[in-house]
Amino acid sequence: MIEVKNVSKWYGAFHVLKDCSTSVAKGQVVVICGPSGSGKSTLIKCVNGLEPFQKGAITVNDISVGDKATNLSQLRSRVGMVFQNFELFPHMSVIRNIMLAQIKVLGRSEAEAEERAMKLLTRVGLVDQAAKYPAQLSGGQQQRVAIARALAMDPFAMLFDEPTSALDPEMINEVLDVMVALAEDGMTMMVVTHEMGFAKKVADRIIFMDEGHIVEDATTEEFFGTPRSERAQMFLSKILSH
Amino acid sequence: MNYRWDWGILLKDPYFSWIASGFGWTCAVAILAWIIALSLGSVIGVMRTLPHPVPRAIGTAYVELFRNIPLLVQLFLWYFVVPEVLPREAGMFLKRGLPMPEFWTAVVCLGFYTGARVAEQVRAGINAIRSGQRQAALAMGLTLTQVYRYVLVPVSYRIIIPPLTSDFLGVFKNSSLALTIGVAELTARSRQIEEYTFQGIEAFATATVLYSVVTFAVMALMHMTEKRTRIPGLISLEAK
Repeated sequence: MIEVKNVSKWYGAFHVLKDCSTSVAKGQVVVICGPSGSGKSTLIKCVNGLEPFQKGAITVNDISVGDKATNLSQLRSRVGMVFQNFELFPHMSVIRNIMLAQIKVLGRSEAEAEERAMKLLTRVGLVDQAAKYPAQLSGGQQQRVAIARALAMDPFAMLFDEPTSALDPEMINEVLDVMVALAEDGMTMMVVTHEMGFAKKVADRIIFMDEGHIVEDATTEEFFGTPRSERAQMFLSKILSH
Repeated sequence: MNYRWDWGILLKDPYFSWIASGFGWTCAVAILAWIIALSLGSVIGVMRTLPHPVPRAIGTAYVELFRNIPLLVQLFLWYFVVPEVLPREAGMFLKRGLPMPEFWTAVVCLGFYTGARVAEQVRAGINAIRSGQRQAALAMGLTLTQVYRYVLVPVSYRIIIPPLTSDFLGVFKNSSLALTIGVAELTARSRQIEEYTFQGIEAFATATVLYSVVTFAVMALMHMTEKRTRIPGLISLEAK
């Protein structure tokens, strides 16, 4: 479903992605990990065209992301994305946040959009918060709303950019639970995260990145069993040591 | 001080109606100029935040041009120079065809000048929104226009209400310069009363009070707007 072929990207002179290739099949969950600045977030932002890249090709459902002729808005409307800082719109109530793109992009009616939003809020356990504003919710609640907002577009894939990094430890699990349920429902997911417990539990594959390279791209068992690269071994020993 | 006080003169005709009509013209110039400033400034301010370099450059050029020339010079340029450099017919229209040319010149000049200031506020407001908001809005399939319409502009306007208040006040105060090209607004009328009656203190005191009344009303209006558009849960705005 998602094909990344020999993608390179530069920020000015800084080479942030170096000849990255990978793919995600329908229904697969792929976790991307690696040290900060290794290009993980940049890579998944290239997948929905939020970041342009200079070399290589990315296709999502056989639509080329880098092609100038591609209607990026249309493509993005079906690829959900969840951000580190939630990025709910502060001036809209929770339910309005979930309804906005349904109405403006998919052309659903107010009633349809509202019904869908309420269903999703029930699913993420926040149906009683519908009328509140984002700033009145906890971080974990905001992130669950952000996931509901992305799901409201009926995406065929979901991208998560460090969805739990900005959360208090006690709120991480409520977000991970929603993501685990989503993975078990068969959603195609690319997840940038340091939550190795989550990775072990639901990921089909782990991609390990360092300095813009995809250093490892292995099944979850292989990765946690015997990672081949020294760099990945070192990374794992540091984050799994306690 | 040997001054013969006569507050009663302000209630006598024609002086009372001079003050009243002067106040009316001040409000007319200021409010029309503010409408131009707000619309034009919003467009220019947004242009300066777009990803494409051409609208950005146009926006920057506009702001630098109108912000860096003294307002009084701009007023004279619009009134004395623009009609001469325009094609003959357009120039004649500005001088003869247009009813009340000095009034409209003052409105346009003040509107364009204040527009540059509004543009800077709008730009700052939009840039104050962290980039993730724009990315999140784009990521859900909104077009760039929709991102501005539904997310960036509504949030940035809430942020910039306090600095916009200053510009709204400025437009009232700066409208007094219109007297230099012959608009009979409040300051001009006060001076006229002074010249006719030598009761300058009363006349300018009245003008001062009227300007203050308007500016306090503007501040109250903007404060009300700020309260009404306050985003629930955001402490910085709720504290006021």
